[in-house]
Amino acid sequence: MIKATGIEKNFGGLHAVKGVDITVNDGEVLCIIGPSGSGKSTFLRCLNMLEKPDSGTVEVDGEKVTDDNIQAMRTKMAMVFQNFNLFNHLSVMENITTAPIHVKKESKDKAEEKAKKLLKLVGLEDKAGTYPRNLSGGQKQRVAIARALAMDPEIILFDEPTSALDPEMVGEVLDVMKKLADEGMTMLVVTHEMGFAREVADNVIFMAEGQVVESGSARQIFENPCHERTKSFLNKVL
Amino acid sequence: MEVYLQGIWVALQGAPMTIAVSIFAVIVGAVVGLGFALMRKSEKVIPRGIAKIYIEVVRGTPMIVQALIMAYGIPYLLQHNSICEINFRWPVLIIPAMLVCGLNSAAYMAEVIRGGIQAVDPGQVEAAQSLGMSKKQINRFIVLPQAFRIVIPSFGNEFVTLIKETAVLSYVGVVEILRSAQLWNAASYETFPAYIGAAVVYLALTYPLSKAVGALEKYMMKDGMI
Repeated sequence: MIKATGIEKNFGGLHAVKGVDITVNDGEVLCIIGPSGSGKSTFLRCLNMLEKPDSGTVEVDGEKVTDDNIQAMRTKMAMVFQNFNLFNHLSVMENITTAPIHVKKESKDKAEEKAKKLLKLVGLEDKAGTYPRNLSGGQKQRVAIARALAMDPEIILFDEPTSALDPEMVGEVLDVMKKLADEGMTMLVVTHEMGFAREVADNVIFMAEGQVVESGSARQIFENPCHERTKSFLNKVL
Repeated sequence: MEVYLQGIWVALQGAPMTIAVSIFAVIVGAVVGLGFALMRKSEKVIPRGIAKIYIEVVRGTPMIVQALIMAYGIPYLLQHNSICEINFRWPVLIIPAMLVCGLNSAAYMAEVIRGGIQAVDPGQVEAAQSLGMSKKQINRFIVLPQAFRIVIPSFGNEFVTLIKETAVLSYVGVVEILRSAQLWNAASYETFPAYIGAAVVYLALTYPLSKAVGALEKYMMKDGMI
């Protein structure tokens, strides 16, 4: 379970995130939707301190994230990025096993065995020796998901995982994410894929101008939104 | 014609020394330069300041002055001062020669390496952070291996530059290519053949090397390594 309270973030004069609270329970899929520039990604990056929030607290399984325990806490909340951010000089296998070996001190054999299973899960079991430059965007993102899973995280944070993909590759990534959701993975997904949010999310948050405008079950948000702002956004994107 | 061949032959006698000093200097330059590059990127003010001052001072003064300070100035300082009198002399002048070339090169290499580090995709650093890696681990496993690839061609170019710059060591008593030519000139008065011979030998070293560096760079680009 991950719980964030009162997260605030300023960039100079820009008040990007204005006091956001969320809770994601174990096994829950929570999607954050909203227009570009609404602070969704910044908020997500505040959770694992890639952006240091100006105020607010983050707890994972009841333990507060601090400057001192941040490295250990990050292993509990893996992240998947919009631009994949694979390590270009390492093979797919090494991309997946580097952190388990050096951060979690797993043996190389164990880490590689697990990596093979994860590659199978994301449908890339034949790509272990390949380098990122020889993969398509969709394949890169599936490797990035496998890399995140290799840390055995409590939750995975997805930061617009399909926004940088060619349209024909979006499906293969969303299919993997659906599979994870079905297996009970806890996921927090910032996304513009309304179809995915509607079908897979348990709960949905609509953010605009750095604030949570409306939150509720996926069904309620998509079929019966209360706020005008939510309605006008959904009218435009659906 | 024969006198020119003799000039080349004489200069060639100094080539092993030039090459030895250059190889040593490029290694010292890379290692010390890496240290200064990391210090420049440090969050702490003092290491960052030290590195910055070092780089500015070394790049802002001629290498010949640095060579004279290292070879003659430092022994003088150790021998003539009120704190402690040490009867210090360099056992062979090739030691200060190698040191000054290496430490001079380090200042330039530090900037090259810093550029290489900055050229590594910051997204990969974030990804490594998000996996719980420490700063040290990120540098060691993610940033430096990629920065190193980026700067390999620059290392080659620095080596070519060093081969030429070591000519200033002829002023501190190291018998390298230029000094060999000077000595022969002093004995034979064949001034033009002596210095043309030196020029030919320098060119014979630097031209193939810079071509090789260019080819390596092209190969790495094509292969997507940089």
